[in-house]
Amino acid sequence: MSNSAEAGGTPARSLRERFPLLALIFERFLLSLLLLFAVSVLIFAGVEALPGDFASTYLGQSATPETIANIRAELGLDRPVITRYFDWLGGVVQGDFGTSWASRNSVSEQVGNRLGNSLFLAGFAAIIAVPLAICLGMLSVHFRDRMPDKIINVISLAAISLPEFFIGYLLILYFAVNFGIATFPATVYQGMGFFERIQTIALPTATLVLVVLAHMMRMTRAAILSVMSSAYMETAELKGLSSWRAIVKHAAPNALAPIINVVALNLAYLVVGVVVVEVVFVYPGMGQYMVDAVTVRDMPVVQACGLIFAAVYILLNMLADILAIVANPRLRHPR
Amino acid sequence: MNDFTRYLAGRVTAGGMNRREFIGRAMAAGLTLTAAGNLFATSAAAQTPKKGGNLKLGLEGGAATDSIDPAKATSQVMFTAVRTWGDTLVEAHPETRAPIPSLAESWSPSPDAKTWTFKIRKGVTFHDGKEMTVDDVVATLNRHSDAKTESGAAGMLKSISSIENKGGDLVVTLEAGNADLPAIFTDYHLVIQPNGGVDNPTAGIGTGAYKVKSFEPGVRMTFEKNASDWRSDRGFVETVEIITMNDATARIAALSSGQVQFINRVDPKTVPLLTRAPTVQLLTTSGGGHYVFIMHCDKAPFDNKDLRMALKYAIDREEMVKRILGGYGKVGNDFPINDTYALFPEGIEQRAYDPDKAKFHYQKSGHSGSVLLRTSEVAFPGAVDASVLFQQSAKKAGIDIEIKREPGDGYWSNVWNVQPFSASYWGSRATQDQFYSGAYLSTADWNDTRFKNETFDKLLISARGELDEAKRREMYREMAMLVRDEGGTILPMFNDFVNAGSKKLMGYVNDIGNDMSNGYVATRVWLDS
Repeated sequence: MSNSAEAGGTPARSLRERFPLLALIFERFLLSLLLLFAVSVLIFAGVEALPGDFASTYLGQSATPETIANIRAELGLDRPVITRYFDWLGGVVQGDFGTSWASRNSVSEQVGNRLGNSLFLAGFAAIIAVPLAICLGMLSVHFRDRMPDKIINVISLAAISLPEFFIGYLLILYFAVNFGIATFPATVYQGMGFFERIQTIALPTATLVLVVLAHMMRMTRAAILSVMSSAYMETAELKGLSSWRAIVKHAAPNALAPIINVVALNLAYLVVGVVVVEVVFVYPGMGQYMVDAVTVRDMPVVQACGLIFAAVYILLNMLADILAIVANPRLRHPR
Repeated sequence: MNDFTRYLAGRVTAGGMNRREFIGRAMAAGLTLTAAGNLFATSAAAQTPKKGGNLKLGLEGGAATDSIDPAKATSQVMFTAVRTWGDTLVEAHPETRAPIPSLAESWSPSPDAKTWTFKIRKGVTFHDGKEMTVDDVVATLNRHSDAKTESGAAGMLKSISSIENKGGDLVVTLEAGNADLPAIFTDYHLVIQPNGGVDNPTAGIGTGAYKVKSFEPGVRMTFEKNASDWRSDRGFVETVEIITMNDATARIAALSSGQVQFINRVDPKTVPLLTRAPTVQLLTTSGGGHYVFIMHCDKAPFDNKDLRMALKYAIDREEMVKRILGGYGKVGNDFPINDTYALFPEGIEQRAYDPDKAKFHYQKSGHSGSVLLRTSEVAFPGAVDASVLFQQSAKKAGIDIEIKREPGDGYWSNVWNVQPFSASYWGSRATQDQFYSGAYLSTADWNDTRFKNETFDKLLISARGELDEAKRREMYREMAMLVRDEGGTILPMFNDFVNAGSKKLMGYVNDIGNDMSNGYVATRVWLDS
């Protein structure tokens, strides 16, 4: 009775109380759409503000006023900015990202390939890096302030302190040039077999693992350590649990939220922030694709990349929040 | 002494060649392209090309925005790609740059050089099996020159008034005489496509030594041998793979680990380290590309001829070649032509670093305070360092140069050709006429020094229509002197094309026309096992 009356009176509130998770996801989804829209306006304005338009940057020193005018007319660059933006938006709403101004190929198709490559590399690095980081984090808590902890810390800090391209060059120098056991360049292409692909991306994967490892590992260590000092951990110790079991069963779940957050951040980085690694290993991912497009102001491509990058960030952060709530029921009922 | 032997002599003096090489190459000068190509590399002289193998090139200068349409080919990668799958009407001799037949068998101008008739080769087929006709040629040239064109070659084809098929010959009529038309047709944009590529500009179908097999812009491009190639003196390897590698260290690593057999754009600073690897050979060629500091002759304070002259004397060219180019280049003489061009004006006195003369002209100019030089890493490799060297050498002459480092992005739109004093570079052009018309004629689109000189303009136009070589050479001398003494160009150095290859790579032709054996590297070399 009371339930139904409440539902009739303030349905939204009650729905939110009954399905806090679903309501949160729905809210986040709407907000994400708004955010993506804002991102597209910002990118459009940003590229417009850059000096030089597509026609003049693309042809460079071989341009003549006539050819520049012809290209502008063909692409409709002579129309007002607002018209062009809404034309583009109209296409995107219908799922059409348009064609690249430069190569005249479908943006969706090209982005599909590049995104696939980026996700493949990021996914492979994540599969290795995430469990490794969390295990190492727990290990270093277990051996707190003793030799293994110090070794793990020094090595991972050293890896994060070196610029990623330098780690890449070191790996190339030793494994590709001197020992000749790894494949270089790590260029993957369409029609390459799965195992051949994995072999090809060994070096960039290793580089990325080294780069993201320390951040996640240290966050795991810090989060668990802060839980370790709480009263229930003392109880666990007093009732005679081994320290390893206490960490795995009691400390780790309670420390999960910050760990999930830092993992999500690093995953997003692996997808969108690795342009330097792509360049060093000649890997055809999204980062290089977007940089190429910005260089010649190829607006449809820049926009598509920007939206995808934003979507990856939003999605991973949303996922992190949801997982944190699932892991810790207390977060479902904010005071 | 003809152009080429002089060029060779220059190389010998510069220490770039031994006696045997010199003789071998000088002998080749009179021979056909085939013979020349085979004889050029000394080690290759006694060998016959070996067929087969997969040639991998790791090249800088590709992007995801590359288009396979030759009209839009601007990057280094697409330049090489176009040369690999397509043919132009005319080719440039690798050592003299003289026009030699390719898809056009022969040509003849009218006495005023206004009407040109080209005999087009018969029995040449495109990669799709269709026979190439004069109509295809006409359609191609039209696509690059008509009112709707978006081609990178449009600028040099401006003066064409009609392109026709007259009784099976190609007849091109110009608005004014131009003795260099065949040289213009060597431009890489102008590869002949079926129906001019109007129907499908990005089909990648031509008459070249290799067929395009796959193309991922900014990643990789693969080719296979064209079995029905109309020429037998090229296309020795079975398959070609071009991988875009924009990172200099990645290129070097790929070459020294044997993953690729050829790389371009080797940083002169890394040459000593690279050549230590036993499997690597350096492939350097002189070219007409150069680095410049440009002053606008019509803007204060650079509208003062004495100030321009003071700055020209205040730069240490020898040091720049040594420090910025690592010795892989030649000093410039403040005009944009060197001995890689046909009809190069000989014997013009080399301008040298002279603080006293610089001081004299500076005082005469009456200028006081500093001059602002804008520079950027993208202006040319080492541009910021070169600007600092310039600042130091000018200081000794009492001239204060203030350096402003500009961001790379937007440099070509906001600084170059806009600000009165900046750093820049120019690539080589097919002929002197093309270069001067593009950058020194009063009305030129890219007159980045605002050099406006009536005498010069008149000389340029009359030299263009002059078929008598001796007279033409004399005109080019006068023009060079005008640019050198009146112009706003400070030209410290001509850069060599510095590439590297595996020692297995044979038959590389040092083509002075452009980088990477004028883009023909894949069709000219073979792999030794």
